[in-house]
Amino acid sequence: MKQVEKPQIDPQVALRWYKDMIYIRTFEEQTERSFRRGKIGGYLHVYTGQEAVVTAFLEASRPDDIMFTGYRDHPHPLLRGSDPGAIMAELYGKVTGVCKGKGGSMHIFDVSRGFYGGYGVIGGHIPLAVGAAYALRYQNTDRVCLCFFGDGAMNSGAFHEPINMAGLWGHDGTCPVVFIIENNLYAMGTSVKRSSAVTNLASRFDQYAIPNEQVDGMDIFAVHGVASRAIDEARRTGRPYAVEALTYRFSGHGAADLFQPYREKTEVESWRQRDPIRMLEGRLRADGHLTDGAIAEIQAAADRMVEEAVKFAEASPEPPAEELYTDIYADA
Amino acid sequence: MPEMTYRDAIKTTLVEEMDRNPNVILMGEDIGVYQGTFRITEGLLDKYGPRRVVDTPISELGFIGAGIGMAMLGLRPVIEVMTWNFSLPAADQIIQNAAKIRYFSGGQVGVPMVIRGPNGAGVQLSAQHSQSLESFYGHFPGLKVAAPSTPADVKGLLRAAIRGEDPVIFLEHAGLYGHKDDVPENDYVVPFGKARIARAGRDATVIAYSRMLHFALAAAESLARDGIECEVVDLRSLRPIDYETVIASVRRTHRAVVVQEQWRLFGAAGEVAAEIAERCFDDLDAPVTRVTGADVPMPYARSIELMAIPHEQDIAEAVRRALS
Repeated sequence: MKQVEKPQIDPQVALRWYKDMIYIRTFEEQTERSFRRGKIGGYLHVYTGQEAVVTAFLEASRPDDIMFTGYRDHPHPLLRGSDPGAIMAELYGKVTGVCKGKGGSMHIFDVSRGFYGGYGVIGGHIPLAVGAAYALRYQNTDRVCLCFFGDGAMNSGAFHEPINMAGLWGHDGTCPVVFIIENNLYAMGTSVKRSSAVTNLASRFDQYAIPNEQVDGMDIFAVHGVASRAIDEARRTGRPYAVEALTYRFSGHGAADLFQPYREKTEVESWRQRDPIRMLEGRLRADGHLTDGAIAEIQAAADRMVEEAVKFAEASPEPPAEELYTDIYADA
Repeated sequence: MPEMTYRDAIKTTLVEEMDRNPNVILMGEDIGVYQGTFRITEGLLDKYGPRRVVDTPISELGFIGAGIGMAMLGLRPVIEVMTWNFSLPAADQIIQNAAKIRYFSGGQVGVPMVIRGPNGAGVQLSAQHSQSLESFYGHFPGLKVAAPSTPADVKGLLRAAIRGEDPVIFLEHAGLYGHKDDVPENDYVVPFGKARIARAGRDATVIAYSRMLHFALAAAESLARDGIECEVVDLRSLRPIDYETVIASVRRTHRAVVVQEQWRLFGAAGEVAAEIAERCFDDLDAPVTRVTGADVPMPYARSIELMAIPHEQDIAEAVRRALS
């Protein structure tokens, strides 16, 4: 892993990152409470602990770049500006949800903001992102496709076939995709050590002629540096690039993962010492850019947005019967 | 109306649609330099170049999944599977992604993609290369499934598929690639979910599709020599399926025989037979019967391979039983 020297960053930019991370964590913590209260059904996978990864990559990308991810998919559209009320309503199974309540937590989409989902089968969206990147170049644009997935996805067949194709198409400059591995060390309850013959996941891309690097996924400055390089490179060359962000999820795999027999409490505690939000907060505070008062204000603003989202979701109606048979085909 | 083979009808339609819309691209194994396993895409790499005629590695999951992503971004990929047997590694992509993205995105984005290639038995290709997968893909809402029997329908249905907004499973039959018939010129389109009366008759309705349609027509011809007039219905597409034409015909003839090449259990013929039984019970003068492939993995040896798929005589016998 390359050690990144602390770069000089505009404090206004760093403050925005801080607000973004507070916003998505506050949102996720609310979804966990709503799940426990029975307001959110099905499965719920939250992003808590991994915030620096998505925040830095979205900061480094352009608003017209597109994204695909797995089912830990709430913060990606939120940071692109999707209405938090519509995302929360989707989780609540309401017709005002971004997907009219037909997708739920695992299938958030906001195509108008370049967010193409939201997929529930591990690794299954990787080939879609590769094809989408091809389409972006075919249409003579310089847009880039960001494809997020976890460490577990790299052991699925759906990883290897499209990654080889991306490397191959990259030789012709027709595949501007950035693969972002949100390596939180566990595929559900199976650790990377117990599931991958090679634990340096980035190095696996060597075999597919795709430039790659690892980065400390808890240090948003480091992630942002690598993300900027990767996205600029993909945009300039039309070739894929892979970044493995070493991160950690503080919550269970899903909302039903109560006892977490696969990891020690001390391990979770030690990672919490490297909470990406607290690390950034500490630095901003040390540099004199953040006071206790400002922190409280930022948290209060996030709380208000999330409260509003919950109110909207609570007040919204469930999908009516006629929605059952719509959106199956274009004409029905 | 010019005569054309089933194979040339596919190729001509691909060319016309590629000329009409620059977003139509072809992708598949050995479709370019090699010219296509069944030579459907002969010459197209030279004509359109490698960005529109994309040779892929042997990665069905990868390239069908990539086709889904392309379609979501506005391209219209027409993907060739060397045979439908090889689509199974990509079944997760087709079923879990292509069929459902429009629904779980709440209608935000669709997948206008066509996957085409030969389905069904060839000659001595044995168990892994001879399957008929229409009822498998026909099971999933969100997909459309076509199984044309004639060059004209190939042209009309493939055009509708490429111009449509939904993922289409386009089942050709290798046994028909050389089959020649009239093909309408110009912008001929056959809508999905519209069956065709391939032969009119009053005594019994025989329902078939793809290659079995020709066996049904041959059986009808031989029965006509004995004064038995069969009405033969070509389903053309299996999802959506045109039950109205089937039901109207059975109400006229009072007898129905449903033919399919695939295995009997959970097949398309059983589905059609059940619909007839539910809606035409009082019109029927005989039980609805099925003529299907044998319930075995396809054998290699020609003698027993021939016993594993239905033939003209099997259909004729089923009609005679219905009339006895």
